[in-house]
Amino acid sequence: MIPLYWYVLFATALFCIGLFGVLTRKNSVAILMGIELMLNAVNVNLLAFWRYLYADPTVEPTRGLAFVAIVFVAASAEAAVGLALIISAYRRRDTVVAEELDLLKG
Amino acid sequence: MAIETLIWLIPLPPLLAFFVIVLFTHRSRALSHWLALIGAGLAWLASMVIFFQAIGIEDLAQHPLSSAINWLPTGQTALQIGVQVDPLTAISLFFVAWTVFMIFIYSVAYHNYGQPAGDHDHPGLPPHGATVETGHGHSHKVPSVEPLYSRFFAFISLFAFGMFTLVVSDNLLTLFIGWEIMGLCSYLLIGFWYAKPSARDAAVKAFLTTRIGDVVMLLGLAALYVITGSLKYSDILSHTEVLMQPSGILGMSWAGIIGLMLFIGTIGKSAQFPLHVWLPDAMEGPTPVSAMIHAATMVSAGIYLGLRFFPLASMGWQTGEPITATMTVMAVIGAFTALFAATIATAQTDIKRVLAYSTISQLGYMVAALGVGAYVAAAFHLVTHAFFKALLFLGSGSVIHGMEHGVLHTGEKIDPQDMTNMGGLRKKMPVTFWTFVIGGLALSGFPLVTAGFWSKDEILSGAFNSGHLVVFITLALAALLTAFYTMRQITLTFLGQPRTRSAEHASENKWVMTLPLVVLSFFAIAAGWVGIPETFPLLGKISGDWFAEFMGEMVNYLRSERLAGAEGFNYIPLITSLVVALGGLYLGWLVYRRFKAGAADPLQQPLGALYRWMKDKYYIDELYQLVFIRPARWISETFSYQWIDRGLIDGILHAVARFGWWLGERLRFWFDLPVINGAGDASADGVQGMGSWMKGMQTGRVQQYMVTAISVLVVLGVIILYIFSA
Repeated sequence: MIPLYWYVLFATALFCIGLFGVLTRKNSVAILMGIELMLNAVNVNLLAFWRYLYADPTVEPTRGLAFVAIVFVAASAEAAVGLALIISAYRRRDTVVAEELDLLKG
Repeated sequence: MAIETLIWLIPLPPLLAFFVIVLFTHRSRALSHWLALIGAGLAWLASMVIFFQAIGIEDLAQHPLSSAINWLPTGQTALQIGVQVDPLTAISLFFVAWTVFMIFIYSVAYHNYGQPAGDHDHPGLPPHGATVETGHGHSHKVPSVEPLYSRFFAFISLFAFGMFTLVVSDNLLTLFIGWEIMGLCSYLLIGFWYAKPSARDAAVKAFLTTRIGDVVMLLGLAALYVITGSLKYSDILSHTEVLMQPSGILGMSWAGIIGLMLFIGTIGKSAQFPLHVWLPDAMEGPTPVSAMIHAATMVSAGIYLGLRFFPLASMGWQTGEPITATMTVMAVIGAFTALFAATIATAQTDIKRVLAYSTISQLGYMVAALGVGAYVAAAFHLVTHAFFKALLFLGSGSVIHGMEHGVLHTGEKIDPQDMTNMGGLRKKMPVTFWTFVIGGLALSGFPLVTAGFWSKDEILSGAFNSGHLVVFITLALAALLTAFYTMRQITLTFLGQPRTRSAEHASENKWVMTLPLVVLSFFAIAAGWVGIPETFPLLGKISGDWFAEFMGEMVNYLRSERLAGAEGFNYIPLITSLVVALGGLYLGWLVYRRFKAGAADPLQQPLGALYRWMKDKYYIDELYQLVFIRPARWISETFSYQWIDRGLIDGILHAVARFGWWLGERLRFWFDLPVINGAGDASADGVQGMGSWMKGMQTGRVQQYMVTAISVLVVLGVIILYIFSA
């Protein structure tokens, strides 16, 4: 059986890749993709700890899965809203570059 | 209709005419003057009906036609106003109605009705004439219509209302109302050509001068009301006992002191010395106004009041006894004014001013007659004077009008009112000439024929019989001067040769203007026939002294015995009046018959300085200027304005203001600016500084925010980890 820390390292790496993408990409769509990565890294963590804590599937058969399903729903909803926002911003500003969308500048 | 109702209605038509003209018809000249004429005509008709009714009544003085209504409820009683016709009212109605009506008619022509509008005429200035094309390319100047034609008729209608109200009223209150309405109209009509500064000044002067008399008169009215509880003539005069009580002022009785106060009203209204100064200046008004207001009616109202309250002034006096103090004042002022004004009239060259001073002089006669107790003679002279003086004024207006015609024709720059510019007008203006001569002879007292002779003779004999020789001699001298200046006026104006081209081109006026002259000249002669003394040789037997019978009742029923005047005939006053009248006329003709254009007045040489005094009216105006007007100016301008107002009151206010200013400055620099303002500014600056510092963080880049957030999260996480794990 694959030890737990492999999963944790994998999830950490995935999270860092996502975080790096979010912080460095100029394209808003790519930032969204980075966010998806970070969410999925969390999902990996959740599933790994669930499986590690409850080795016998009959004790807790769905707790971790339900958690992950909720994250999926939230992520897809977030992706839908985010993409709609990006399309709307593109229509108005003719760009999807995050640095140029700086209306909040003081 | 009851005759009493008709008395109420006499003043009404002119009042209605006034309101209708002012409110509705002032744009139409014809409509306005017809309304005024109909108003005056109706009043005339009603007056005549009442006059002829009244003279047929026995004991009219004791039982006058009267009617009264309650006007103001005053507690238990009511203040009544009403009308009454007694002999005095009857004869006043007669002369007022005739002169007013005639002057209304005359005014239509005097203001050039039917003439074209003037080239440069301006409301408030006399018309200057209009240029008319004659067809062959020629044009000439003709008189132009008065710009404020309707206004004039409205004002004289209001005036007629005032006069009729005064005459028919049975109490002092409505009399005073009529009196003041006339004062107002006098002011408005003297200032009728209000764009002329001289007319404006004259109007103000007339109003203010008469006001002095009116105020004292009003005080007299108030005193009468307090003492007798009534303002009705008959009630007042029946309170003999109360009125005879001593007033504690100058040792006079209440009757005497109130009589004196009312007499001061007369002095103002009838232009007696020392309040005579307004009347000559009042000649600035149009001539019909001078004739009506300042000769025939309004100034007569003062004498009317004197006659009305003669019983008051003479209360306690019996024929043959020394006259009362009030009567003495009247006799002295009247006689002095008669002579004083006559001397001034002698040296005037303005045709209207001569007549103005003559009016003052003749009113002085009446006052003096009242003073010596010649009641009937005063009333008689009031009536005859109203007729012949109105005639003379209208005649002078006709002369001026004719001269203006000549001035317009020739284009000369001369004063059409100056008698030295006239001469020879008898051929140009025959009707005016003959009527003026009749009026002039009546004024001079030409024997037997004219009305003025009978009334003046009666005054002179009244003064003589009462034993007041000083008054008699003064009046006789005044009569001599009267005849002299009248003949001077006639000679300068009508006789000899024309002295200017304008006088050569003067022309007779329309019949509308000359008809009133003819009517009035009839009265200037015939009005005397009703008052020929019974004791007069021959004539007295034929006519009988109707006037003395009729008027004498007014005072005789209040007295135990008949008044003087009806007693024995004396040749001395008769001969005196013959000599002064004829002598004055002859002298006047003799001195002025050879008067040349541009020459000095023939009297100037022999009289020397006295002539200049007379010509300058004894410098009374200048004296008043010095004694009253300049000090009043000084008090108002220097004392009240400069010293009290600007100096004291403004000074206090300025000191308060300066203290307030100083206090404000201190508060501003010590407290407001450093503390309040400083705190406010500092807080605003702080917020601004902080805002601009924190603004740097707001880059608008989401990813930077995120980096920041994560960095802070990490740092916080590390801190918390170390703190809580420690």
